[in-house]
Amino acid sequence: MMSISEVGSTQPPEIGEAQIALLERLCNACAVSGDEGEVRKIVLEEIGPHAQDIRVDALGNVLVTKTGQGDHRLRVMLAAHMDEVGFMLVADEDDGIFRFDTVGGLDPTQLVGKPVWVGSEHIPGVIGAKPIHLTTADERKQKITLESLRIDLGLGNGKKAKIGDRATFATTFVRLGPSLRAKALDDRLGVASLIELVKHTPPNIDLLAAFTVQEEVGLRGARVAAYALDPQVAFALDCTPAYDLPVWDNDDGRFENIRYNTRLGAGPAIYLADSSTLSDPRLARHLMQTAQAAGIPYQIRQPGGGGTDAGAIHKQRVGVPSISVSVPGRYAHTAAGVVRLQDWQNTLALMYQALVRLTPEILAEEH
Amino acid sequence: MKALIQKLVEASGPSGYEGAVRSLIRAEVEGLADKIWVDALGNLIARKGQASSQGRKIMLAAHMDEIGIMVTHLDSNGFARFLPIGGVRPHTCLGGRVRFLNGAAGVIGSERLEDPGRAPRFEQLYIDLGVSERSASPVQVGDVAVFERPFLDLGDRLVAKSLDDRIGVAVLIETLRGLGETPHQVDFVFSVQEEVGVRGAKTAAFGLDPDLGLAVDVTANGDTPRGLKMEVYLGKGPAIKVRDQRTISDPRVVDWMVKTAQAANLPYQMEVLEMGSTDAEAIQLNRAGVAAGCLSIPCRYVHSPSEMVDYNDVTHAVQLMVQLLRQPVNLE
Repeated sequence: MMSISEVGSTQPPEIGEAQIALLERLCNACAVSGDEGEVRKIVLEEIGPHAQDIRVDALGNVLVTKTGQGDHRLRVMLAAHMDEVGFMLVADEDDGIFRFDTVGGLDPTQLVGKPVWVGSEHIPGVIGAKPIHLTTADERKQKITLESLRIDLGLGNGKKAKIGDRATFATTFVRLGPSLRAKALDDRLGVASLIELVKHTPPNIDLLAAFTVQEEVGLRGARVAAYALDPQVAFALDCTPAYDLPVWDNDDGRFENIRYNTRLGAGPAIYLADSSTLSDPRLARHLMQTAQAAGIPYQIRQPGGGGTDAGAIHKQRVGVPSISVSVPGRYAHTAAGVVRLQDWQNTLALMYQALVRLTPEILAEEH
Repeated sequence: MKALIQKLVEASGPSGYEGAVRSLIRAEVEGLADKIWVDALGNLIARKGQASSQGRKIMLAAHMDEIGIMVTHLDSNGFARFLPIGGVRPHTCLGGRVRFLNGAAGVIGSERLEDPGRAPRFEQLYIDLGVSERSASPVQVGDVAVFERPFLDLGDRLVAKSLDDRIGVAVLIETLRGLGETPHQVDFVFSVQEEVGVRGAKTAAFGLDPDLGLAVDVTANGDTPRGLKMEVYLGKGPAIKVRDQRTISDPRVVDWMVKTAQAANLPYQMEVLEMGSTDAEAIQLNRAGVAAGCLSIPCRYVHSPSEMVDYNDVTHAVQLMVQLLRQPVNLE
């Protein structure tokens, strides 16, 4: 049933201090795939007053349905994943030393020496490294393997942790001038954006918002969420790597950086193809035309590998025309990512405007 | 039928961008089917007949899409870097010509290779569009193209790009044309995005909920010099798939196909393919499971710009398909 309160706020969402503070809470929370409770709690708190049909499904996805007004409304799914890559303790070797496994795509060579938080109490620990005093020149040339790494929680705290506990990088959110540095910007940025879109929903659509679980281990939450919500079109809101470092930007043609994926400051990244999805060309056109009409900068994410929740959504049931829009972020899936605040603002603005302009006629276009 | 095949292979339809091929097929099947529609992902579906008490809901699938490329970067000198869409191999790219959907054309070149004896990687290849700077480029990042090569009629043998799977499309169109009365509800699905993971057939099968499925696609062969060891030959008839890398055909479906071919005195071969997959995979695993198989057209040089089939295999495939669909199906 529709209620007035559900379509009450039709003002465009904006990102100010309150939204940045919410993103900070979301990024500092720990939610490794399969253990998303901490982020889910924040999501439920935030959206509770703004929608009536909110449920948590069997896998832990938060599914929100907001019915719009008018006769010709598309059922539009927006998905953002709550989970992040991280670690799981797999063996207790006594004295607070734990063997661990990675959850989601992490490069073992980037883990050594990093502080971590373990379990729901965020017990501080470190992925220990052999000090340079003791390594040989040969050892320093060797690739570091996951098998050689341990999480050290110290003698006392080791008793509080157990096998199966998750761990994340212990990186606290900070502002860096026009940028933000944090862990798990992939995809707390999407979660924060989706919260704003639940709070500020254009009334011309039926919004089906999915805060999904287990994206980083194979788009598992989105798959069942899309089955349940049965949308007509879908957008995945994510955070995609930028590899636009200035050292590579030599523009003489010979050493030009041709594999940047995306660039910071160039606006929301619209996907056309990744390993999991060929974006629906009608939705790609719609996003680009919306950006041009609204004067919002945008970039095309370089077609390539990777995948987002769109990969699971578009193949569900009779098929769902789908696309992804990401905030570009440097150093994804490492201890600390860096994003530009303005890219986030432009991404949210683009998504809102794209929803405002979205009509069922888009599906009648040739694709 | 050769004219139809030529028309189909000369159209451009890389995965996800099948619109031009869909329009062509739609014009062909208009008037032949009882109902025609396009689903959410772009599959074209032509329905013929109603399931009688002795009939079934049969889904047939041939994919409209072909392998191609997508531009990933335009450098300051106007060279376009690209990635494959579907199973393109770098060694088939060198010297190749590509045609973009907007009509722009280019030739594929390679960075200087340290070892010219080894195939380049995609990162070392680029498309030369005949311009000298980025601002003059007729294409943009994200634009898609297919390989360009003229259709060649060698008599019995036909050579073209995208015979995988326009030849299956042609077989389905001619099957629909020649079918006449059928006790079944037959859904002819011209599917999208097969080459990137049988995506279109998956959603089409969900929507149609068939109780029997057949894909029509190409298969490899073992009859070229020092080639693959495989008992499939060009010209010895369409191949009844027993298995490939992702599907074990329902043995009852295989048996039905074999007996029908024998009864109609049509040539056929048995296909055991060690790689690959077809839309049959998606149909078989749909919902609670579907009895599924595949009729294959033997094809040389699959996923190169010059794929080759035998025309007699194609016409025999049409005859076998018509025979399969005219009678009640008894899967025992």
